[in-house]
Amino acid sequence: MVQSLDRSQGRAGGVAASAASNHGTFTGNRALQIEEPLIFEMGQPGRCGVDLPEPPKVKDRLNGLRRAGTIGLPGLSEPQVVQHYTRLSQKNYAIDMGVYPLGSCTMKHNPRINEKVARLAGIGDLHPLQPVSTVQGALELIDRLAHWLKTLTGMPAVAMSPAAGAHGEMCGMMAIAAALEAKGERAKRKVVLAPESAHGTNPATAAALGFTVKPIPANDRGRVDLAALKAALGPDVAAIMLTNPNTCGLFESEIVEISKAVHDAGAYFYCDGANFNAIVGRVRPGDLGIDCMHINLHKTFSTPHGGGGPGAGPVVLSAALAPYAPYPWIVKDGDKWRVAEDGAKVDGTPLGRLKAFHGQMGMFTRALAYIMSHGADGLKQVAEDAVLSANYVMAALKDVMSPAFEGPCMHEALFDDSFLKDTGVSTLDFAKAMIDEGYHPMTMYFPLVVHGAMLIEPTESQAKEDLDQFIGALRSLTERAKTGTAAEEFKAAPRFSPRRRLDETLAARKPILRWRPSNHPPGSDPMKQAAE
Amino acid sequence: MRYLPLTDADRREMLSVIGAKSVDDLFKDVPASARLGAKIGGLPDHQGELEVERAFQAFAAKNVSPGTAPFFIGAGAYRHHVPSTVDYMIQRGEFLTSYTPYQPEITQGTLQYLFEFQTQVTLLTGMEVANASMYDGSTGTTEAVLMANRITRRHKALISGGLHPQYRSIIETTAKWEGFKAVLSKADAEGLEDLIASVDKDTSCVVVQNPSFFGHVRDFTKLAEACHAAGALLIVVVTEVVSLGLLMPPGEMGADIVVCEGQSIGNGLGFGGPYVGLFATRDKYMRQMPGRLVGETVDADGKRGFVLTLSTREQHIRREKATSNICTNAGLCALAFTVHPTLLGEAGFTRLAELNHAKASQLADKVSAISGVKLLNDSFFNEFTVKLPKPAAPVVEALAAKGILGGLPVSRLIPNDPSVENLLLLAATETATDMGMDPLVAALKEVL
Amino acid sequence: MAVTKYTEEHEWVRVEGDVATVGITQYAQEQLGDVVFVEVPAVGRKVAKGEACAVVESVKAASDIYAPVAGEIVEGNAALADSPGDVNAEPTGKGWFFKLKLADKAEVDGLMDEAAYEAFVKSLG
Repeated sequence: MVQSLDRSQGRAGGVAASAASNHGTFTGNRALQIEEPLIFEMGQPGRCGVDLPEPPKVKDRLNGLRRAGTIGLPGLSEPQVVQHYTRLSQKNYAIDMGVYPLGSCTMKHNPRINEKVARLAGIGDLHPLQPVSTVQGALELIDRLAHWLKTLTGMPAVAMSPAAGAHGEMCGMMAIAAALEAKGERAKRKVVLAPESAHGTNPATAAALGFTVKPIPANDRGRVDLAALKAALGPDVAAIMLTNPNTCGLFESEIVEISKAVHDAGAYFYCDGANFNAIVGRVRPGDLGIDCMHINLHKTFSTPHGGGGPGAGPVVLSAALAPYAPYPWIVKDGDKWRVAEDGAKVDGTPLGRLKAFHGQMGMFTRALAYIMSHGADGLKQVAEDAVLSANYVMAALKDVMSPAFEGPCMHEALFDDSFLKDTGVSTLDFAKAMIDEGYHPMTMYFPLVVHGAMLIEPTESQAKEDLDQFIGALRSLTERAKTGTAAEEFKAAPRFSPRRRLDETLAARKPILRWRPSNHPPGSDPMKQAAE
Repeated sequence: MRYLPLTDADRREMLSVIGAKSVDDLFKDVPASARLGAKIGGLPDHQGELEVERAFQAFAAKNVSPGTAPFFIGAGAYRHHVPSTVDYMIQRGEFLTSYTPYQPEITQGTLQYLFEFQTQVTLLTGMEVANASMYDGSTGTTEAVLMANRITRRHKALISGGLHPQYRSIIETTAKWEGFKAVLSKADAEGLEDLIASVDKDTSCVVVQNPSFFGHVRDFTKLAEACHAAGALLIVVVTEVVSLGLLMPPGEMGADIVVCEGQSIGNGLGFGGPYVGLFATRDKYMRQMPGRLVGETVDADGKRGFVLTLSTREQHIRREKATSNICTNAGLCALAFTVHPTLLGEAGFTRLAELNHAKASQLADKVSAISGVKLLNDSFFNEFTVKLPKPAAPVVEALAAKGILGGLPVSRLIPNDPSVENLLLLAATETATDMGMDPLVAALKEVL
Repeated sequence: MAVTKYTEEHEWVRVEGDVATVGITQYAQEQLGDVVFVEVPAVGRKVAKGEACAVVESVKAASDIYAPVAGEIVEGNAALADSPGDVNAEPTGKGWFFKLKLADKAEVDGLMDEAAYEAFVKSLG
């Protein structure tokens, strides 16, 4: 019954009081760390951060449905707004600040030229439904990126519209369902195979489309057990969903045999492309026999992570799946570009539409700027440096931490928590202590197949001296943990961050998901009330 | 290469620590047949920033920027002025280059603005609870239908003919592949559709848009009552979120789920994306919501802080039983959305809405005075439909040839339907001026 | 005299007459950690043995609770909505999930007794 993913509860209670709290300040601020209320606690009627002209007087044509009450928005001046969000920004860790080794997220440098070109007049300000004669350059831009993606993956087609990786998965799996339907096999092929180490989006996507998800086991080398896979393949199997390099940071060395077995069984091969950064420019997934793969532009191609989005998840498709690609796509007629939109007469039978307009154009622009900056030579170097950096971190830590698998990894190094055995320090505690050392922690407790997993992805963006300092910090932490007397100290971490450990149990038991005057009575000091 | 810090000397040293002869050794798990010795052929090599920028300027030069032409297109994406502060804030590296706030101790910035965002969304929509954003309004609408199906355990959604045609298309696609029934009413250009009689015991939800795709402003209070009497949910979609500054919010009409396209606030047109979906519902349906939620709590020192919460609904924990497969949201676009109303405040938001309505009224008066042009709307916010004496698509092309971006021919989004062939959808926001409206009217007279 | 039995899904079943009260064991609550939400089945619902009929959530995990035996739900523990922490504090007392009227009393005999369950938990390491 119990599928506990993270044995360490996010409970704040019981943690030793911070030594720092003995040095109170009048404001509660600590130098550059300013305690910041919510905007709803700051506003004053009569303040406004914009100047808009008096509207011309016209007859109201709102069908008698004018808003009766106020909206409830606070009034702030422009400098207050700038200060508020600047102060908030200073409570965030970011790639711009240093090593951000969040495994499977590829937190690489986000170049600013990407931002600049995305804002050019004639690109950033175009309306998606302008006459196509007025957006020829935009359509060409999308097609240019599509060409790069197809060439880099060795695949014949790409659907550009999915909004993010999981949306791309949905697109790819719908294309597989459409191909099965065209063959009259949709009713009998209801099973999707996925390794237990898969991203949660894989089973979620397959289940949404009515497939039953069957796990396939891994071997002791952290790869798919080929014999077990072959045994699981049958006339009821629609597809396999496999991440490659996989979520343990390893290349599926038998992938060619896997794709052959899958195709021999009449099924399709969905490849989760989350880890494409390890092989971009060096390996074409099309050469491995896959049928479709989404590409997270915010991972491999440096579009900003933005606090959790927006993403973009174009899906490359094999010849077998290309006829089912969703609307819209770009077509060139002679020297003119046009868009194939719903209802257009086309070859094939499009599976439908997944998103309004043309996809995440702003992300296409940024990704293309990144790709053109690197070129084919630079992208190959990206994969090599990403893999080299991960292996370097692995090699420099393997005597004090515990690598989950032997042999070289790809772009991320996976450790289990056996090196913390009997120290009283958990993976979570170890990660929180990294915060005090000035780092964002690695991905924890994922993949699920490794106990207390720590997945470190340094990316190609870090200088060697920065990796060395990171390695030094982790070695120091392992040393401290292994004294066997540091558990309390670790459990009290982090001490120097804008907030210390937060009570997630309280948040979930009594959800407060919005500001309300009743939750936050006037006159109460929001920063101190909870401490009482 | 300017983005790659490792030098050849670094690489050699790192390889020696690893104990590998060359980087090729690290790729030995890749089957030999797929290992590329050289870079991929047929693609250009790296370029400097200057060259890249030039290439993009060349793309831009082949487009007509809305800022350089009289502009009246809406249809789910609206041209508004974005204050400089908004764009500055989203370019701060601490926001731009941070990720999903998995470590709340060092992501309070993101978490607090998302909490502010969730609150703003509830205030604007008149609902009780909102999530931390969806990809956009179009995908959010489909997620709302799936949520209604889960709550009611029914599988028939009634889709209004006033809903944006591409939103309808996405619901239809999802219905086909995920296995539920979407009943699509015919295009409702006149704004007279009444779905009350169609709601029955099998209906999971009714999806309407306000103002509708054709611009009509409707009161859905009675429809909400009919839905609730039949055990169904009412989903109200708003593609022009500025309208909520002036109009009765869907929550007051009895909506159970409200989905908005948030692009109009803080986010530029961007040729269709990325945008930001707003998603709000009733407290009682909180745990059936898709997407991320930020909640308030305290830290170990008792100080207020914010965390991602109720995450057991999500794919990374619930896997095949998750409420949705969504992982990413639209964090940065949500920040843009949050900063803009903070600048506007109550007074500014209301005035912005008034301005939009007034400009559109002026445009409607001017255009409907043209002989042969008929205004189909008794009510509208900042967008309305006119019937032309001839097909609208070639008219719009002819206007474009005169340097005017004069609305959307409805037939582009609803092809093969003779009843909409002559319909032109026109929008005017605060960015519209007399200097833009008059040339449109003059050109329309010429073309018709 | 009430009889208490256990399942491999770490549920306990206390039978009094033809009504069984169901909850999760001490071991299960420890594995879950702080319980934050419990969804109990509606009264009158007929459940088959092994059917998912309740959900228990902690901060980091969510689990289905399966009906250990077939029957009709006669009561859900409404108090858990406001105090899900009861499941942690008193898993076999105030933290019960639901009561069902047994469809087949003999089904209970197939479940583990306390000694067998303790041995089972031990075997999990």
